Amino acid sequence: MNNPLIPFDGLRVAVTGGTSGLGLALVKALRERGAQVAFVARRVPRVSEVAHQLSGTHGIGGDVSRKDETHPLALRITAALGGLDVLINNASSLGPVPLALLADTDCEQLEEALATNLVGPFRLTKALLGALSAAAREGRPARVVNITSDAAVTPYAGWGAYGASKAALLHLSRIWDEELRPHGVRVLAVDPGDMDTPLHAQAVPDADPATLKRPQDAAQEILALIERSFDAPGRGA
Amino acid sequence: MKAAELAIQRPRDAKLLVVDAGGALHHAPRARLADFLRAGDLLVANDAATLPASLAGVHQRSGAGIEVRLAGRRSLAVDDVREFTAIVFGAGDHRTRTEDRAAPPDLRAGDGLALGPLRATVLRTLDHPRLIALRFDGTPDAIWAGIARHGKPIQYAHLSEPLALWDVWTRVAALPVAFEPPSAGFVLDWQLLAALKARGVGFATLTHAAGISSTGDAALDARLPFDEPYHLPAATLRAIEDTRERGGRVIALGTTVTRALEHAASRNGSLRAGEGVADQRIGAHTPLRVVDAIVSGTHEPGTSHHELLRAFTSDALLRRAHVELLQRGYRTHEFGDSVLIERRGSGHCADRRLRPRGQFNKALN
Repeated sequence: MNNPLIPFDGLRVAVTGGTSGLGLALVKALRERGAQVAFVARRVPRVSEVAHQLSGTHGIGGDVSRKDETHPLALRITAALGGLDVLINNASSLGPVPLALLADTDCEQLEEALATNLVGPFRLTKALLGALSAAAREGRPARVVNITSDAAVTPYAGWGAYGASKAALLHLSRIWDEELRPHGVRVLAVDPGDMDTPLHAQAVPDADPATLKRPQDAAQEILALIERSFDAPGRGA
Repeated sequence: MKAAELAIQRPRDAKLLVVDAGGALHHAPRARLADFLRAGDLLVANDAATLPASLAGVHQRSGAGIEVRLAGRRSLAVDDVREFTAIVFGAGDHRTRTEDRAAPPDLRAGDGLALGPLRATVLRTLDHPRLIALRFDGTPDAIWAGIARHGKPIQYAHLSEPLALWDVWTRVAALPVAFEPPSAGFVLDWQLLAALKARGVGFATLTHAAGISSTGDAALDARLPFDEPYHLPAATLRAIEDTRERGGRVIALGTTVTRALEHAASRNGSLRAGEGVADQRIGAHTPLRVVDAIVSGTHEPGTSHHELLRAFTSDALLRRAHVELLQRGYRTHEFGDSVLIERRGSGHCADRRLRPRGQFNKALN
């Protein structure tokens, strides 16, 4: 890092789902704190628009739920940033929209939620683990941050596909953290709370935005949590 | 040797031939590699990820189909991605042996190349009808996007199934700068990294832009390896210094690691961290200043990779090893079996003291 007193200055961070909601708020907050940021999202025109608005960021079009896009995405992330210190797996799928009871959920909808929320983060993290562990060997704070949900813990009716996939992501994070900690890579799972985002609006169209957390506030909380993890054991190898 | 024809990085039956410092040969399952390393040793790997460096397209002046294989770049800087050295074939793909590939159309400076979403211009030819310098149009991000979307891993006819990027990225693949995989690193998985840690064996990496291994043209093959940029991290330099201080061995995982480390040690006689361009050839008479042993694929005599092994041990011993490899059915090429060759005499403490390392010690202080 350029300045050890400013934790995100010069840090190389990738954010998936970076063009809306929490992901966009994270990209903006990281950029303001001096991080080098690459973000991934599916719709290329929207990616270009955000990259243009937020100069200095690298926009990458791609779908984390697709296996054949994993390595091209990993290649473009490391090429854009010259390596990687922090990967934030934020891109999420609700599964059925509108939300459906599990017994009314199509297999394909469950698979879609799993592909985006579990298998996608697993694949992308795996493909970027070489870059992350290289950062750790150089004494940089290598972190994977998986965005989960309270639906991963509490069984809300109607949130079956989403909740089950996020529960799996939460447990994957905990196991991977155990395995990677000796190598200097930490894996965190973060529940950002109910936010005023496009995803939440899809799930709960009638929600009063005033009762929801602003994504920019959630982004600041997540950065604070990542920052605290830098002081914990496991920073560097 | 027979070619390994399946793109499996760690076949269960992978074999390891150990050529020890005393001249004895040992056969082992490759999964037991860690058993041949000692507490205090340091294994150094090349963490370069492999580019999809084969770009199919059209030579615009003639309209002819071509395959461009990116083969060299002057630095590892991620924004220095416009200019490459490249090998050009005529129409066709990896299923034809490189020796039998059609020649490219007549290539001249200024010719345009349309390579999927990428556009490039021939800057000059490099003393051979298949070897050019080219420059891509566009921003670095756009060029990386084009390579990521359109490129395929460079591939040879001994593998029939098309390679995907995941086939050629090692478990530690980081920065995408290699033109072909640093395939000695295929032996690595996280289980092995954990085993090394448990055994007290250190693990470190450098990044070296491993180049192409074959062009199908004798005159061009004689020029291999091309100059290869590398980066030696300060943390790896420190790990090497600590290892040497404690009398441990530095074990290079692959020819590219050997080339980078020995190049980094040859400048001013002391090992330095940072960027460099490995432009030297390593052969029978090259003194090894840093590397005590190498883990490598099996290489046929006559190749540049095999030449490099001659720096480690005698030709007589390499011949014995080659006979063993043939008799025991070892497989060759990038997904093949492995050898571990200890530098002749490196197992003896007295000999270690005799090594010319005065300049090296200066770097430690």
